[in-house]
Parts: sequence; C-alpha cells; structure tokens
Amino acid sequence: MVIHWKMESQRKQYGKTLVEIGKERKDLVVLDADLSSSTRTADFAEVYPERFFNVGIAEQNMMDTAAGLAASGKLVFASTFAVFGTGRCYDQIRQSIAYPKLNVKIVASHAGITVGGDGASHQIIEDIALMRVLPNMTVIVPVDAPETGKVVKAIAKLHGPVYVRIGRSDVPTITDEGTSFEINQAPVLREGKDVTLIGTGIMVSRCLEAAEELAKHGVDARVVNLHTIKPMDEKTIVRAARETGGVVTAEEHSVMMGMGSAVAMVLVENFHVPMKRVGIPDVFGESGACDELMDKYGLNVDSVVEAAHDVLRRKK
Amino acid sequence: MEIYDGEFISELEGIAKKVRRDTIQMIYEAGSGHPGGSLSGTDILVALYFHIMKHDPKRPDWPDRDRFVLSKGHAAPALYSVLAEAGYFSTDELRSLRKLGSRLQGHPCMTKTPGVEMSTGSLGHGLAAGNGMALAAKLDRRLYRIYVLCGDGEMDVGETWEAAMLSSHYKLDNVTAYLDRNKLQLDGPTEKIMSLEPLADKWKAFGWHVMEINGHNMKEIIQATNEARGIKGKPTMIICHTIKGKGVSFMEGSVHFHGKAPNKQEYEQAMKELGG
Repeated sequence: MVIHWKMESQRKQYGKTLVEIGKERKDLVVLDADLSSSTRTADFAEVYPERFFNVGIAEQNMMDTAAGLAASGKLVFASTFAVFGTGRCYDQIRQSIAYPKLNVKIVASHAGITVGGDGASHQIIEDIALMRVLPNMTVIVPVDAPETGKVVKAIAKLHGPVYVRIGRSDVPTITDEGTSFEINQAPVLREGKDVTLIGTGIMVSRCLEAAEELAKHGVDARVVNLHTIKPMDEKTIVRAARETGGVVTAEEHSVMMGMGSAVAMVLVENFHVPMKRVGIPDVFGESGACDELMDKYGLNVDSVVEAAHDVLRRKK
Repeated sequence: MEIYDGEFISELEGIAKKVRRDTIQMIYEAGSGHPGGSLSGTDILVALYFHIMKHDPKRPDWPDRDRFVLSKGHAAPALYSVLAEAGYFSTDELRSLRKLGSRLQGHPCMTKTPGVEMSTGSLGHGLAAGNGMALAAKLDRRLYRIYVLCGDGEMDVGETWEAAMLSSHYKLDNVTAYLDRNKLQLDGPTEKIMSLEPLADKWKAFGWHVMEINGHNMKEIIQATNEARGIKGKPTMIICHTIKGKGVSFMEGSVHFHGKAPNKQEYEQAMKELGG
C-alpha cells in the first residue's frame, strides 16, 4: 500500500522557527556560511539583520566565531550544508564547541543522499557518525517539518552543543502540531509485537509504509521514530527488542557508525535479538533524482520489508 | 604618565621574570611542555594582565571584563603562571600542570581553569573565537576589549586568514591581536617551513591596522596597545618581534626547546639565569 504523504520542507520550518524564537530570545545569534538562502537562515537575517552574521565560505571560521559568541553568553545557531558543517570543520567543532560544552547549535541542511543531483561531493552520509562520537554533543534528526520546528525550540532551551540534521528535499509529514516531542524520548508510532522497525529522519515514513506492507503478510510490526541519536532512548529500544524479538533500523546514512550501529551497540549490551541495518552501504553516492537514489542505495520500503523478513527468519 | 615611569616598568619586568621562573619550574616538574613559545610570549602576557586589561581575578565571570584568548595554546604554562600571579588561583597549584586530575591541562581548558576564556591548543582557532566575543560585545553595546595572542606558526593556518577577513569586514575595532613573532616553529625557522613574509603587508592588505614592536619591551607593548585602543573601525595587529626561549641563554633562538622540558641540569641553569 502506498501512503500519500503530504510533503513539506524542514528547511522552511527551520527558518520560520528561528524567526519565532528570535522574537523572545534577544540572545539568539545566527551564523551562516554563504548558504543562508538554502538553509533558510536568510529568513532570520531579514527580520533580525543585526543578529545575523554571514561569514562567507569559511565554515571553520564560522564554528570558532560561534564558540566565541557562545562564550560571551549568546545562544548561537550556525548553519550550512551538513557536508561542510561537520567534516570540513570537525576540529573546530571538537576543540571549541564540544570540548568546552558551549551553547552552539549546528543545524545542517542538505544531509544525506536526497541532496540528489549535486552528487557524492555534497551527499554526506557520515555526519551522524562524526557528531555522535563527540563527547557533550547531542545529535538529533527531525522526522519531518513540524518536528523540525519542535526540535529547534527544544534545543534553544537546552544548554550545550547540539547537531541537528535536516534534508534538502521536502519530506513526508508524519506528525502534526499536536504531536508531543521531547529530546531523548523516541515515540512509538505504531504498536506491534513481531518485529520493530526503528527509523530516523526520512526513513521513518518508509518504516510506516513497510509496516503496512508487512501487515498484509500477517506481520505485526512496531515502528519507532528515533529522532534523537544521542543521547539515545535506550529504554524504548530495549523494550522494543524484548517485546518483539527482532529489530530493523533504517537511516539515510552510511550503515557504518550511524543510527543503526548505535542501536546495535545498545542491544548487544542489553538485549540481544536478530537485527538488520538498512542504510547506505560503505560507498559514496552519486548524482541522480532523489527517488532513484533512494532505490539504488536500498533506502526504500522494499528494503525495509525485506530486512524485516530476514530478521523474522532468524527469530526462533 | 604612569606608564613611562621607570619604576613601574621595572615592576612589570620583575613579574615577567617571576613568570618565566614559574614556567620553567612547571614544565620541568611536569616533564613535558613548551618552554620556547611560553618564554617568547611572557612579556606580552604580563603587560596585558598587569597593566592593560580590565579584569578582576575575584570575578572571572564579570560581564564587562576584557577577554584574552591564547590562540597559541601551547604557551599555557606562561598563561597559568600569569593567572596565578594575578590571583585567579594559588601559585602552589602551578605545580599540578599536566598531572592527573589537575585544573591545569596541557593546553588551556576554559571549563577547568578560572580565568581561561577559551579552550585552545589546536592552532589557528583563537582569532576566530576572539571575533565571536567581539561581535557579542558590539551586540550588547559593552565596552570590553578582546586581546588575542597568536603564534607565528599559526600564520600557516588558513583559518587565521578567514578570521582576519571577518574582523575587518565587521569592523571589530575592539579586537587587538599580538603576533608572537619568534620566527621559529616546531620543525624549524618559519621562513624555511612556510614563508610568511611580508607579514605586515599581509595584515594591512586584510584591512588591519598594523604595528611592529619589540615584544620584550614593556613600554612598547603598552604604547602600541594604547594606540590600538584609539583606532576606530578596524582591528589592530601588533607584530611583536620576540626571541623564542627568551630569558634562558641556551633556549634562546632554539627550536630544540619548542616542545621539550629541560633536564635537571638545564633546569638548574635556567633558574639561575632567571634569578631564582
């Protein structure tokens, strides 16, 4: 069954929410590295030009400038594309933001393979890995546009470094304004007892569709939206493993050290069940249309369904 | 004027000598550290903390304090010594440098050490961090100033120049940077490793007000800083010509003591030369 999702932009929601927060939080300062019209920090810049600083194409400079602003009491949001906002300035994030635990929020757009035509140079599939190994860093992947707004509001109130990963393309809207959101609380979107599908970001919608598909074959799948990769809601994950006896993870990220690996680590130490990770194999992406790429690299509903069957076969 | 008073200058020089002794002792007791670049930057640090900067060791979080960023974080022993002498913590604590559980990490850590404004150590970050503080000051309409001490090896780092552009683009006249131009980096002379000259022209081209002084002359450091305070609409770079290992004969101009602790004999001779 194909679910017809309403498609919305996380980036637009980000820009809109920044403007909202900026109204009450006079300490909010936003930085961008010449991509503000894409990341939508330009929306903030338009309303609060005095609190917006474009640093030019200089991400390393941006992160250290952000650190200095935060050290002087500012709430800082720094945005650019995820490929430049993580790998290119990893040292600056590590040394000047994570180590001194400064109040800098890195909200990076254009993450993953859904960047599409720009190709592998712009499709970062290892940013979750890079950010989650940093002590003090919180890592969040909002599932859709409404949740992006809630994430941005929540992290504005959380002191310390945060990495938020959003996409370029519009994503299926699976939550609404009323859906509750708390950092570190992974919502169970669908109850089930046979297998658990844990998704993050755009893959959560694929998990929900896969669950529908599995239901046709008499498989009762649970679906979890793991928006906060770190710190992880281990309780929900372990309970799901215990109650369903099998886990599939799905992420638009390399299977090396992404969300699936993080879940695997939790399960291996707490409750060992058959598991399968759906994600981008250990390869770089390429140019193409989003859907074509998602299919080619195994990030579609069929891959999740197949992984679930594999897990079910391995269950006793 | 107080600053031209010979007695006042010799008082600062006396503190600098004490700081150099502390530095050698700390590194000797730690068994590792960077004496060369600590000694070359000492006079600048002393002038800052004992005359130039508006700060209060009893209130390290005072919002209106001037900020200092040690971009060349490996000169931490000199900074710690100056902070202790100024009263941020006891000089007895200096002996804990680099030891397990110490507040005095091998490189500055702002969450551990009172008075340290920014965690540094990886080179080329300090100026950008200082810019962030300067932007915050401007936003809050506060008058505090930001002082950054850079090493000349850091001039190799691309981010230094990204930050240099930002300071002048945003007209950060509350930023004063000092370049500890000791002309040596870990692997050898700066001009041999990676040509930096003409450095003054480069900074001028990046939109900075530039001065060149003797970085071991208190009067020159203070006068240049006073001049910087009067410059409106642009940041100031004070290129301080210094000697690596300044004050200890066998360390002066030596790459050997960039990142190496003195042995017992060297330690004793160094302390004698520094009047300890």
